[in-house]
Amino acid sequence: MNKKHFIVLFCLGLFIIACKKSSPIVEEIETFLGFQKPANFPATAYNFASNPVTKDGFELGRMLFYEPRLSRNNTITCGSCHIQSSAFTQHGHDVSHGIDDRLGTRNSPPIMNLAWSKAFNWGGGVYDLDTQPIIPITTHEEMDENLENVYNKLRAMPKYTSKFKAAFGTEEINTANFMKALSQFMVMCISSNAKYDKVMRKEGGVSFTAEELEGYTLFKDKCSSCHTEPLFTDGSFRNNGLGISPVNDKGLYTATLIETDKYKFKVPSLRNLKYTAPYMHDGRFLTLNGVLEHYNSEVQATPNLDPLLSGNRLGISLTANEKTKISAFLNTLNDEDFIKNPLLAEQ
Amino acid sequence: MKKKLLYFVTLITIILSSCSKNDDPAPDFEEANLAPFSIEFDNIVGDRTFSINNTGSLYTNAAGEKFSISMLQYFISNIKVTTASGKTYTVPQDESYFLINGADRNTRFTKVQVPEGDYTKVTFTLGVDSLRSTMDLSKRTGVLDPAAGGGHDSGGMYWGWNSGYIFFKFEGNSNVISDDVNGDPTGKKQFKYHIGGFGGYSAPTINNIKVITIDLNAAGIAKVRKDRQSNVHLFVDMMKVFNGPNAFSIAAHPNVMFSDYSVNVAKNLAQLFTHDHTEN
Ligand code: HEC
Ligand code: HEC
Repeated sequence: MNKKHFIVLFCLGLFIIACKKSSPIVEEIETFLGFQKPANFPATAYNFASNPVTKDGFELGRMLFYEPRLSRNNTITCGSCHIQSSAFTQHGHDVSHGIDDRLGTRNSPPIMNLAWSKAFNWGGGVYDLDTQPIIPITTHEEMDENLENVYNKLRAMPKYTSKFKAAFGTEEINTANFMKALSQFMVMCISSNAKYDKVMRKEGGVSFTAEELEGYTLFKDKCSSCHTEPLFTDGSFRNNGLGISPVNDKGLYTATLIETDKYKFKVPSLRNLKYTAPYMHDGRFLTLNGVLEHYNSEVQATPNLDPLLSGNRLGISLTANEKTKISAFLNTLNDEDFIKNPLLAEQ
Repeated sequence: MKKKLLYFVTLITIILSSCSKNDDPAPDFEEANLAPFSIEFDNIVGDRTFSINNTGSLYTNAAGEKFSISMLQYFISNIKVTTASGKTYTVPQDESYFLINGADRNTRFTKVQVPEGDYTKVTFTLGVDSLRSTMDLSKRTGVLDPAAGGGHDSGGMYWGWNSGYIFFKFEGNSNVISDDVNGDPTGKKQFKYHIGGFGGYSAPTINNIKVITIDLNAAGIAKVRKDRQSNVHLFVDMMKVFNGPNAFSIAAHPNVMFSDYSVNVAKNLAQLFTHDHTEN
């Protein structure tokens, strides 16, 4: 080998190293840490013992999440309704928009911090994240496919059989490992890097502005009994006084048939509101201002209205000034790292 | 002549008693001494045999409504046997889930292993117990796989939206069904009874699980031995879906799924089973 060759090789080497450094995906995957609980978050609800997150399992879950073959005519993916740049909601759609342009009746909620959820969907009914994907895949308005067909389509693709083997030790594609892979991806969709989190974790000298701090105080007073920190939901089902929708969605009642569950919906997180409009189970509010005015003056005494909203007046009084401050605080819950995290994006 | 008759009767008696296996004593009850045993779920409809798509020869219920059957599937699980002295054996749960499909006669036997012995009672569940309904998916394979049967609109027995199994699925057609929203708006005059409800995950919800015990003393106890297949033959009468203790008409209730009314229908389901005989 002459000197010239050596120099070329040396430069090439440098280039490869440089390349590697500048690619965060490669870097992160090399040091895949699995599921890491953020320091300011409580204990998880998901059963990790029966489904520990591995690099291959997570990657397989991500492939499946963005796989159009999960739908009848191979057009719709989970990511069609749960779009990362909208914090995994379907931005701009009040109710979900699925296969053959069919519309659902509910707004797509974010795939976010689900490892802490004990119940899923606006109206409950699902209590194990592993069984959640069965609904969209088999629902007429969503992906309209049957599970066995999905497995058969994937079985014909070597990229899947080899990935299942890597993740679960078997090329076999069955309900358990299919669902568990999707769960591994979904529990990794963690949003914990908003300004709020940095303040709470006392990271890098970040602190609230005076307005945000006043908003935080108001928030703790008026909102946090339901939208409890740090997930900004207490995970319960409640009626926050929305007028009954034209389709008369009865919320939790549909799954339980218990009279006192009528019109109760899951308390949503308030993280990433900047990206998740429109709001509420049917996406009826286009702006945060609309939501705040609802609490201030539009709460209706429908059956099972939450006692917190029916004291001496209906709703929660909010002056214009208070609304501005609460909005400023809610803004600190937007997490750009989350919506831009390349690990969670379609590869 | 008289002598001849006596001779004949004696001969018959000897033949009969040698045929019968009733004289062998019950072996000692030992949990590990397993032998084959089955319960046969033989579907019938009142006085008639069960057939799918019997559009040429309709059945008639107590309300006088004529109907045909297009689909019948139900779960049988958690089989337990009891001896006269009260000893019980429960089949290991993992081997104790069966889906009986009216359209497939091969599915009518629930074949299990129980210790050799003489059993006077069998107990089973119509449906899927709540524990299994909420287990990790890896413990819900075979007939319990939510993917089995191709979704709840076809042969599937799993409701995704409430995370539960359909225990009993019975569909058919009757001209008494109206074409409006109270009947079948598609005009196909279809009735659908999808009965499920395991009692709920977090809060108690409707529980339509039926545990059924059948006394075998009258129609023949089960003598389970290694060298044969003891089979308890039950009749499962679909007419009683309509004519049971909570009798109803198809016209009034053409669709019963996850609703309060399903509790009434489920009470009828508990009455479907009668013991016809036992083959030992
Ligand atoms: C057609 C749009 C659409 C598609 C496709 C879709 N979803 Fe959803 N998803 C929704 C809607 C709408 C809801 C809320 C449903 C409800 O509340 O009844 C939801 C709810 C969820 C939830 C519950 C979130 C929570 O906080 O309770 C999860 C998890 C989820 N979807 C995952 C998936 C996965 C995985 C896929 C792909 C297999 C998928 N979704 C495909 C629209 C969709
Ligand atoms: C009594 C409990 C309760 C209180 C108090 C409460 N909320 Fe809510 N909030 C809910 C429930 C329940 C929903 C979902 C309702 C639905 O969609 O049917 C909700 C929805 C929201 C949403 C929509 C989020 C989304 O992703 O669609 C926002 C924003 C919101 N609340 C903000 C607030 C603010 C700000 C306060 C304090 C001023 C507050 N809430 C007080 C229970 C409560």
